[in-house]
This record gives sequence, C-alpha cells and structure tokens, in this order.
Amino acid sequence: MQAQESRTNYLNANYGIRSWLLTVDHKRIGLLYLGSVTFFFIIGGLFAGAIRLELLTPAGDLVESDTYNKLFTMHGIIMVFFFLIPSIPSVLGNFLIPIMIGARDLAFPRLNLLSWYIYLVGSSFTLYAMVTGGVDTGWTFYTPFSTSMSNTNVIPTALGIFINGFSSILTGLNFIVTIHRMRAPGLTWFRLPLFVWAHYATSLIMVLGTPVLAITIIMVGLERGFHLGIFDPALGGDPLLFQHLFWFYSHPAVYIMILPSMGVISEVITCFSRKRIFGYEFVAISSLAIAALGFLVWAHHMFVTGMSVYAAMIFSFLSFAVAIPSAVKVFNWTATLFKGSVSFEAPMIYALGFIGLFTIGGLTGLFLSSLGVDVHVTDTYFVVAHFHYIMVGGAIMGYMAGLHFWWPKISGRLYPEVWARIAAVIIFLGFNLTFFPQFVLGYMGMPRRYHAYPDEFQVLNVMSTAGASILGVGYLLPLIYFAWSMRYGPIASSNPWRAAGLEWQTPSPPPTENFEVTPIVTQEAYTYPVQEVTVG
Amino acid sequence: MANAIATAHEHAHQHQFDDAEQQHSASSLGMWIFLAQEIMFFGGLFLAYLAYRTAYPHAFVTASHHLDVQLGTINTAVLITSSLTMALAVHSAQLGKQRLLLVFLVATLVLGGIFLGIKSVEYSHKFHEGLIPGPFFSVVSGDSGQQQLFFSLYFAMTGMHALHMIIGFVAILFLIVYTLRGKYTAAYNTPVELFGLYWHFVDIVWIFLFPLLYLFGRH
Repeated sequence: MQAQESRTNYLNANYGIRSWLLTVDHKRIGLLYLGSVTFFFIIGGLFAGAIRLELLTPAGDLVESDTYNKLFTMHGIIMVFFFLIPSIPSVLGNFLIPIMIGARDLAFPRLNLLSWYIYLVGSSFTLYAMVTGGVDTGWTFYTPFSTSMSNTNVIPTALGIFINGFSSILTGLNFIVTIHRMRAPGLTWFRLPLFVWAHYATSLIMVLGTPVLAITIIMVGLERGFHLGIFDPALGGDPLLFQHLFWFYSHPAVYIMILPSMGVISEVITCFSRKRIFGYEFVAISSLAIAALGFLVWAHHMFVTGMSVYAAMIFSFLSFAVAIPSAVKVFNWTATLFKGSVSFEAPMIYALGFIGLFTIGGLTGLFLSSLGVDVHVTDTYFVVAHFHYIMVGGAIMGYMAGLHFWWPKISGRLYPEVWARIAAVIIFLGFNLTFFPQFVLGYMGMPRRYHAYPDEFQVLNVMSTAGASILGVGYLLPLIYFAWSMRYGPIASSNPWRAAGLEWQTPSPPPTENFEVTPIVTQEAYTYPVQEVTVG
Repeated sequence: MANAIATAHEHAHQHQFDDAEQQHSASSLGMWIFLAQEIMFFGGLFLAYLAYRTAYPHAFVTASHHLDVQLGTINTAVLITSSLTMALAVHSAQLGKQRLLLVFLVATLVLGGIFLGIKSVEYSHKFHEGLIPGPFFSVVSGDSGQQQLFFSLYFAMTGMHALHMIIGFVAILFLIVYTLRGKYTAAYNTPVELFGLYWHFVDIVWIFLFPLLYLFGRH
C-alpha cells in the first residue's frame, strides 16, 4: 500500500492550477473534459427537470409558452453539443486510446489541449446566450424561423456551436492519426480493442460531418446578420436546403454519440463474461459500416416535407440498412454472454441495460424509417421517446458503464460497489418510467414542443415526470460516491477487474508516460480468462 | 557528450513519438485529414450553389455578368503563380537551401497579398454598384431575388476563400520568421511542407470558384 501511495503517477506528478490548465497529458485533459461535460450535463438536466415539471399538469401553468420553447431548445443544445458529443470521446477516449494502443500520448498533445479550450470558448458563447435571454428555435435551428422570425439570441448560440465544432474536429483528427501512427509494436488493426475501433469510426464522422454543420451555421449567421439570402424563400431560396445540410451532420451526430458507447459495451461485456467477444471482426467492421451508412440516411428526418417519393423510399431503405450493423453488434454481445461466466458488477448492469434499451430505441427507429408510420408519428412524443432511448438509454448508459469500469484506472481508487449497483438499477428503472410512457403518448398523438396538452394525456405524463425525478436521483448518486471515492475509496490495484487490455497492465493511476517500457503485443484482444497480475 | 547527444535527440522529435520519421508521417497524415474536413466545409457551399444554379440558370447567368472577368483572370494567374512559388519553397526547404526558401516564401506572401488586394477592389466595386444582397441591392428586374441569391453565394464562397487566404497569409509570416531563425533544414522542414499542402488546397478551391462564378454561361 505504502509503495503505491508514494509512486509517481499522472495525478501527483506535479500540483497546482497551472499544471492542470497548461497540461498536454491526455489523461489530465480527459479529466478537464470530465469536469466540464459534467457541468453541462447538470445544466441540461435542470432544463429537462423544468420541462417535466411543466408537463405534470395539462394546463400551461408553470411557464409561458415562450419560456417553454426556450427550455426545450436549451436542453437540446446543451445536451447534444456540449454533453453527448464530447462525453465519451473526450473523456474516456482521450484518457484510454493512447494507453490501449501502448502509446505515450496522442499524436498531437497540444492540439488536444487546444480542443478543450475551444470547447470552453464555444460553450461560453452559448452560456452567455442563455443567461441573456435564451434562444427558442429548437436545437435544430430550422429556417426561416431562425433567420428572420425568432427575436432571441440565435447568433451567439450558433456561434458557440460553430466554435465548439472545431473542438470535435480536432479531437477526431487527433484520434485518427494516433490510431494510424502510434500503435505499439505487434498491435495490428485486428488486435485493437473494439473501443478503439468504435472511436476510429466516430472520429471519421466528427472530421467529415462537423464541417458541414459549420458552414451551414455560417450561412444561417450571414443570412440573419448580413441579409445574405441563401435560405430565404422571398428570394427564391429554399429553407429545405437548410434541413438537408443540417441533418447531413446531425443524423451522423447521433452515431457520434452511440458508437463510443458501443465501444465501451464491447469492453465491459467481454470482461464480465470472461470470454473473448463473439465475432470480433464483425463487431469491428460494423462500427465502420454504421459510420458510412450513417451519412446516407439524413432525409428520414424530412419525410413530411414533401420530398420526392422516390427519394423518400431510398432514404427509408438506407435507414433500414443501418439497422443491420447495429443488430450485428447486439447479436454478438448476446452471443458473447452465452455460456460466459457472467457476473453483475455495476459496469455490467449498465452494459446489459444498454443492450435492452438500445434494442428498443433501434427497433422504434425502424418504425420511424417506415414511410407510413413516420407520417403518423412525426413531431410527436413517439420521436422524443425513440431518440431518448438511443441518446440516454444508449449513449449515457454506455458512458456510465465506462466511467465505472475505468474509474479505478482513472482515479486509482475503487468506488463503492453496492451503491453503484443500486444507482445503476435506479437509473434503469427511472429511465424506462420516464420515456416508455412517451411512446404511448406519441402514438396517441401528443405533439412535442407544446407546454400544454389535453387532459386525457395526464396520467402518462405524470408517470413520465415521476420517472424523471427517479432518474435524477439515479444520476446524483454516482456524482456523490465518485467524489467520495476520490478521497476515501480503497486503493485500486492495477487490474481490479482481471480484465484484458493494455490499460490494465500499467499501474492505477498510470504514470505520466503511461508505460515504463513500450509494450509489445503478441496476442489478440480479449484473451479471457486473464490471470491476475498486479503491477506497481 | 552523452548529454549533448541526448538533447539533440530530444529536439529531433517530441516525446510521444519514437523517432522523427514517425513524427513526420503523423503530422503529414494530420494535414491530409484536416484538408478532408476542409473539402466538406466548402462542400456545403458548393452544394447550395449547385442547387440554386440548377433551379435558376437564367438569373445566375445574368447576375454573373456583373463580375469582372478581367480581374478574376488576373487573380487566377496570381494565385497559380503563388502555388508555383510555394512548391519551389518546399523544394528549397527539402534541399536545405535556406536563402532560396526565404525568397520563395516572400514571393508567395507578396502574391497572396496581391490576390487579396485585387479581391478587395472587386468587393468595393460591387459595393458601389449596389450588388450587396439585402435592403440596398439595386438590381431591378423580375428575377432580382434570384440574382441576390447569386450574390449571396458569391460573397459567401469568395469570402470563405479569402478568409482561408488571410489565415494562410499570417501562417507564411510565421514561416518567414522561423526561416530567418534558421529553423528549417534539409532534415526538418515539416511545417513548410504541410503549409504547402494547405496553400495548394486554397488555390484549388479558387480554381473551382473562378469558372463557377465568373465564366459559366458567358460567351
């Protein structure tokens, strides 16, 4: 124990605020991101709480409709751009990718720090916009409302998202180059952990999708600020062109959120089944297939815009096609569980929760890709429930699984397992109580984005709000016990889960250089069962 | 002595890399990926142009007659020449000829400056002719709105291109300063090489912009 306390690691290598704010160590930058995305998760969660509180009663009695418009807009913007997109890549990806591939750091450490500062600048613009009156366009910024009708803070918000995009692009660029050029000797592509494959696919979307959003935001800004009329119907411009450009990024953005989670699940499922993953190559390649197909499905957000029926059929087909690689993953995880020696530690509870919730989210996605059903449920709570099953039930469950799984590595301490399991179950139950009723509400015809609704929808809305408060408690618990464990948690060994992977072969927490000697890889990934070896 | 060798070794590459060769190949790949995202960035504008050009071919041809082909042609020649001087700068850097490198960087800087100068003259002409989209747009005709679309795209596309030129202009200034300090040698000249890629990319964007905006439909 004593030896472990005194060993130099990335946390105690040096102290002081400067050593954090000017750090180029990918592990410290991961923690900087952890702090900032947690902050935005709380802000976004408060907006969600206000929304659910308003919807407790049928009358619009808590807030004005204009205020309500701002609440759901800001909830969406904060959660999508400042929490979900950076969450797993910037926190866990940053921390783990170099260690998983046996490198000392990312290829461009200073660029990595710059990404974090860009994130801060971008989020400050958006926060400023929110403090000084907010914005009410919906997170989708549809024109012409965003360009000429809305009199809220569209420009500063959009500027914040534009700036933040560069953070995403640079992170993706850094990951791609790192994975290509920095792998340890012997670590071939098909020996890489699936977490790394998932982040490679994610990075491709970040690099190729985000700039399209950037230029689209510029066009909206030029139109709003300088009367350039690119989407202005009065001049013959086409507001639908905006929707095409917006969804060309924003649909793949959903895969930016879900793919890293899938990477986490592959690591966790194998560890707690004590088995090699079933069909490694298929799981690896399916990440790339999701990234590629994900770029070709955007117009399924626009089936009711009067687009050509032939185009609609093609986009419907492609949206069905993207379900294939997603299903490959789900089936392979399930097959990995088969005859494994499964145990139910907290990360595993999240991972199993992910599989169930992602399956519901994915299958209801197929309802929405079907042209007829989509017309019936467009802009209803069915859509809201569907994408929350993917983004919260999928992406955030994966994020929580990953945080718990690698917490001993990150902090060098163990979190309290019992509390963590309780929290995981609370989150699972609270989530389902919040969002499952919304499927029913949407199918019954309750439209999204209104602060009042007919009386007959109240029972289901009360259930949803009750679920949201349970979910809130579930998210609060990890915040408390993670903070507690940083100081009082038992010291973690280098490999508390007896997991495979290079990150478990270096001490917890790792030294600044990650490895004392660059590892040489001679095996495939997930060589379970792993003999217990403790380093440091 | 051993210490001196260790220091020289450290200067050759950053700590996360095993050797200078790995560092160079990582930087180079990074630049290509950056250019890939640049293509997607400009791609959004080109898509908008394509959509409206197809929808309103006549108005776009009429509007394009307000552009000054002479100045556009001169600028194209200036920019292509600057790409040549940039290529020569990279070549000189790789041969370790620091004086030549300096000459060619300055030449590229001057040519880039001329391009931006001519562009601003063009912009001011457009301003005086009332071709700025918005309330002061002065073209009076049935398809005035669609002509405004053309000019919106003209300013957005050439504006974004000019912004990239300005960023490049500033970057050359840095390269010149470092060249004067003798930082680039035959063994280490990655920044010059990578900036060359960027400069050529910005040049190629113009090679597409010029015919699309100035030439198509004019006889």
